[in-house]
Amino acid sequence: MKILVAVKRVIDYSVRVRLKPDRSGVVTDGVKLSINPFDEIALEEALRIRERGEASEVVVATVGPRDVQTQLRSALAMGADRAIHIESTDPVEPLSVAHVLHALVLEIEPGLVILGKQAIDDDLGQTGPMLAALWGRPQATFVSKLTLKDGVALAVREVDHGLETLALDLPLVVTTDLRLNTPRFIKMPDIMKARQKPIVTRPFASFGLDLPGLVLERLEGPPERKSGIRVESVAALVTQLRERGVV
Amino acid sequence: MEGVLVIAEAQAGDAPISEATLKTLAVAQKIGGAALDVLWVGSDLAPLLARAQALAKVRTFLTFDDPRLAHPTATLVAGLVAERARRYAHVLMPGTSYGRDVLPRLAGLLKTPMVSDVLEVMGARTFKRGIYAGNIHTVVTVPDGMPVLLTVRLASWQAVAPGAGGGIPVEPCPIPETLPETARFVALAVDPSDRPDLQSARRVVSGGRALGSRENFALLERLAERLHAAIGASRAAVDAGYAPNDLQVGQTGKIIAPELYLAFGISGAIQHLTGIRDARTIVAVNKDPEAPIFKVADIGLVGDLFEVIPELLAELDRQGAEP
Repeated sequence: MKILVAVKRVIDYSVRVRLKPDRSGVVTDGVKLSINPFDEIALEEALRIRERGEASEVVVATVGPRDVQTQLRSALAMGADRAIHIESTDPVEPLSVAHVLHALVLEIEPGLVILGKQAIDDDLGQTGPMLAALWGRPQATFVSKLTLKDGVALAVREVDHGLETLALDLPLVVTTDLRLNTPRFIKMPDIMKARQKPIVTRPFASFGLDLPGLVLERLEGPPERKSGIRVESVAALVTQLRERGVV
Repeated sequence: MEGVLVIAEAQAGDAPISEATLKTLAVAQKIGGAALDVLWVGSDLAPLLARAQALAKVRTFLTFDDPRLAHPTATLVAGLVAERARRYAHVLMPGTSYGRDVLPRLAGLLKTPMVSDVLEVMGARTFKRGIYAGNIHTVVTVPDGMPVLLTVRLASWQAVAPGAGGGIPVEPCPIPETLPETARFVALAVDPSDRPDLQSARRVVSGGRALGSRENFALLERLAERLHAAIGASRAAVDAGYAPNDLQVGQTGKIIAPELYLAFGISGAIQHLTGIRDARTIVAVNKDPEAPIFKVADIGLVGDLFEVIPELLAELDRQGAEP
């Protein structure tokens, strides 16, 4: 069985994101870029499944500009067997990414596609379920535990009121939540080994997609909370709460 | 293609109508449109629909009512409702784990883009939403000629008040004899506490890694009981195993907007602050006077939470705070 892992490059989670002064976008010059943390968890899960002998190959795919290959090399260093780079200089919306992934799925025929439950840049959380719909296969989103047995996946999902367990027939789409695993650190020899692994590049345009997308009107900073006060004692705290009518 | 369809939160028939559904109706009313229909998926819906008759401004209730839909999966629901949903100009779902599972799948089936977590309606096709954990807001328009699919950021909206209502016709939708079974519900493990729901509670008492253990986390429970508050936790506390995952507040947990948020031993990572930005009053108690949480707190107190909490319990009683 093969596993396809979709990753997205985002501004690193540790960076405090700022708007450009003309509000045309966010500041990316000199800013650290990384694989979306949820996608890193997806890759880690795929590698663990392969290491347990339940999968033969882990293929990682991404859509992005030329230099996104830096992140694909990281994915290969983590342990992916090969990578597919769909090259696009413009940002691509989830529905288009789902169509691209669907085309790859039809070629690769994976038993499992794993991706993050959301990217930490646009926070949309759409690509996984959209792919599952286009593919006509079941989905398990927000997964914090995954086991495979006899062509069936048992997925524990983090839902609003607790943990839900689903049984799903393979092939399927899984989106990851934070507690599924902790991704491994990349070691120096792995970086060397990754240089030998193949990355295939294809232009986004070759997929013949021309889907209408959302129109971005503008970006703005969120309303600031005005700064508060410090109190020196618990008694003063309760007095403040009483005055504000919240207790 | 006209009118607004709200796909209601999946819920048990004997519970009050979900706050998530009522907030989604508020967004639907803001959008306006030719007519508003509400679609319910579940098992034994009659008692729920009877109570829902109090809702105002609804044209029709559509139902998919079947014992096999007691625990509906997104895989099943999206396919089931797609043909109906196709007839509407707008399809709305709450930004719950259910809506965030079902609606993007429905968008994939309808091959249409979708707007996630709407925090403001600027026009019938134009919406404001947060990106980068809510640190930046973006205004987007859905072009003409395609349906508008959106989920609602619950913390940004007030539930609609029940109106006079009544006389809303119920239209059962046909359900195929055989339903796809590629995704099957196995179990739901629910936290057994009878405390108010974190998502809708008026007050929330929240703890971070500084609590130090699961046992210490129980300290918060006395305070939560006293204030009739829900309990929340930072990601650090959940990852450390001090609190269950459904209590996590933040970018990847729950986004909440209580009247009072009390943070104990939470340093205030940006991802956590995202989850409480809309709280009316934020109180922070932390040993570290430099903790980032103090930058957003309305009232800050530098101190050891293990001393502050017992003192706070006593002081609330002394000053006669309402329970």
